[in-house]
Amino acid sequence: MFVRGLKRKCFDGEEDIEGTLAGIKAIPSYNLQRQSLLDMSLVKLQLCHMLVEPNLCRSVLIANTVRQIQEEMTQDGTWQMINTQSTGQASLDRLVSTDILCRSSRDQAEEKHVPAYGTFNKDFESDQAQGGSETMSTASSVQVPRNLQNNMWEMENPQENKGNFQKSLDQIFETLENKSPNSVEDLFSEVDNSYYDLDTMLTGMMSNTKMGHCDSLETFSSPTNTASNSNCKSDLNDLDHIVEILVES
Amino acid sequence: FLGAGGGNDIQWCFSQVKGAVDDDVAEADIISTVEFNHSGELLATGDKGGRVVIFQQEQENKTQSHSRGEYNVYSTFQSHEPEFDYLKSLEIEEKINKIRWLPQKNAAQFLLSTNDKTIKLWKISERDKRPEGYNLKEEDGRYRDPTTVTTLRVPVFRPMDLMVEASPRRIFANAHTYHINSISINSDYETYLSADDLRINLWHLEITDRSFNIVDIKPANMEELTEVITAAEFHPNSCSTFVYSSSKGTIRLCDMRASALCDRHSKLFEEPEDPSNRSFFSEIISSISDVKFSHSGRYMMTRDYLSVKIWDLNMENRPVETYQVHEYLRSKLCSLYENDCIFDKFECCWNGSDRQVEFSSLRTSDIPKIIVMTGSYNNFFRMFDRNTKRDITLEASRENNKPRTVLKPRKVCASGKRKKDEISVDSLDFNKKILHTAWHPKENIIAVATTNNLYIFQDKMN
Repeated sequence: MFVRGLKRKCFDGEEDIEGTLAGIKAIPSYNLQRQSLLDMSLVKLQLCHMLVEPNLCRSVLIANTVRQIQEEMTQDGTWQMINTQSTGQASLDRLVSTDILCRSSRDQAEEKHVPAYGTFNKDFESDQAQGGSETMSTASSVQVPRNLQNNMWEMENPQENKGNFQKSLDQIFETLENKSPNSVEDLFSEVDNSYYDLDTMLTGMMSNTKMGHCDSLETFSSPTNTASNSNCKSDLNDLDHIVEILVES
Repeated sequence: FLGAGGGNDIQWCFSQVKGAVDDDVAEADIISTVEFNHSGELLATGDKGGRVVIFQQEQENKTQSHSRGEYNVYSTFQSHEPEFDYLKSLEIEEKINKIRWLPQKNAAQFLLSTNDKTIKLWKISERDKRPEGYNLKEEDGRYRDPTTVTTLRVPVFRPMDLMVEASPRRIFANAHTYHINSISINSDYETYLSADDLRINLWHLEITDRSFNIVDIKPANMEELTEVITAAEFHPNSCSTFVYSSSKGTIRLCDMRASALCDRHSKLFEEPEDPSNRSFFSEIISSISDVKFSHSGRYMMTRDYLSVKIWDLNMENRPVETYQVHEYLRSKLCSLYENDCIFDKFECCWNGSDRQVEFSSLRTSDIPKIIVMTGSYNNFFRMFDRNTKRDITLEASRENNKPRTVLKPRKVCASGKRKKDEISVDSLDFNKKILHTAWHPKENIIAVATTNNLYIFQDKMN
């Protein structure tokens, strides 16, 4: 059962899904789209041309988009704490929903949709059906400057962060250049987690959600990578971490 | 839409195009700002290479009364050079973000030009005579041997070929940590404001070593930053009033008499969001890229990604009019986000004066004709007539370059069957964007900048 039409208000009439069967086939999961948008946004935040100061307005708008997605993901339970004191039944439901997230896009058509948000256009959807190649083409076509700095908005950056962060971003770019990863999550799989400790010293705006990540990811696995638990754990950890590093003063 | 049928409607014809013909665009030639001076005789452009080119309108030719004077190059100079900020290890771009003319007070012309960090006041003056016949100097400037001086003569001015010189008279530097997006000259013609992403400063044109900070929205903790300043402008008549727009789609009107630091706005203009159009891109497309007061000062116009809005300064809760520039892009926002086009900053402008004589009719119209103009993709630009509520889409392209031939209106087919002469959304070239347009202050002459060419159109005179 899914809610037809709610999230598609902005589409052309002709392209609306008419029948249930057609609807199931044509709607890749909203969550998958949302995740791709999140990944794309993070890549945009990182891959700036750092010889010239990045555009602050653009960075703020992208960061706000990232925050919006994360808030929504927190609310609808895809970014949740397994250890909450909820009833057994409720947590079972949540487990199911995250499980669905990990299935292939065809299976995900059956899950409940979040109303009101998410008008992704048809072009985007058809690209998703091609296996997420859209995100990768973005990443690989952007030029990768080697001399990065870790600070987007305030340039009074502590020098000691540079080396660690530089190293992790270099790894990210090596991954971009060498492999053709199926999802952006793979990028973070090789990142050294040891400086996550540094992260706990920095004041983070996502301190609420941060606690949940380590615990919540037992059942969360990447859609394409079955070796997955550690990938996803580092994925979401570093997702937060990178956004924090990027906004640190 | 406006077409050949309307009685008082303007019929736009191609007049001139300036710039390189070939498709290979040199980065430095990308036009970044266009501005007429107060009389309309001069038209200035700034480019990414830090150069300013000023065109001058020829005096009207008595024999060619059917067309207004052409614009030809008057002066070209390098306004800003690339710099390097050693503290941050970053380059400072020489790209000219804005040019604003001062009203003319004497024979020379003055303009302010700014890049991301530094504003400069340039004096453009003409020299058409030079002194000749010095006693102590040769013609080439070398000093004569005093023993050879046997007579006394008075140097005289003799005519020479016209030379236009630009010299920097003031340099207003080191006042902006973030990138300057706007400059605006006050109606007192003594002060001006400069706005960057987080702060607005007030300057006196004569004083370069001091400026007053009048708006500061930088949060104590930069991690809490969610909103930046995108544009600012002084009110055309009230020298203590200015507005600034934000990336969240709000406009704040401030009065400098209220306090030294205008932290609290006098008015806040914001339209409530339409919940049916809500998406992850709602905030991005609500970000205001330009704000312009009307000449009367009663209204202001804002440009966000998909629309142009006219606000009455007396009504804060919603605009009085909203014009859709390219609503067909709403379903493409995700692709436009991916290719970064969603961050393009389009400008907008009002027609020359609120009261215009209609050249195409036999009597002067009492109703002021108010038209607003803005750019779009595929080298299209749009005009909206506030009185008739009609709109038109035109294209700046070399294919339409027959002078005195009326431009053909364009239409984009959003969906369904594409009619003849329509262009489908998927065929639009998103690399051909018109971000900068300007309207002559007195006549129906417009300047439209494509990536590296400047088009001049004028209305068809009978």
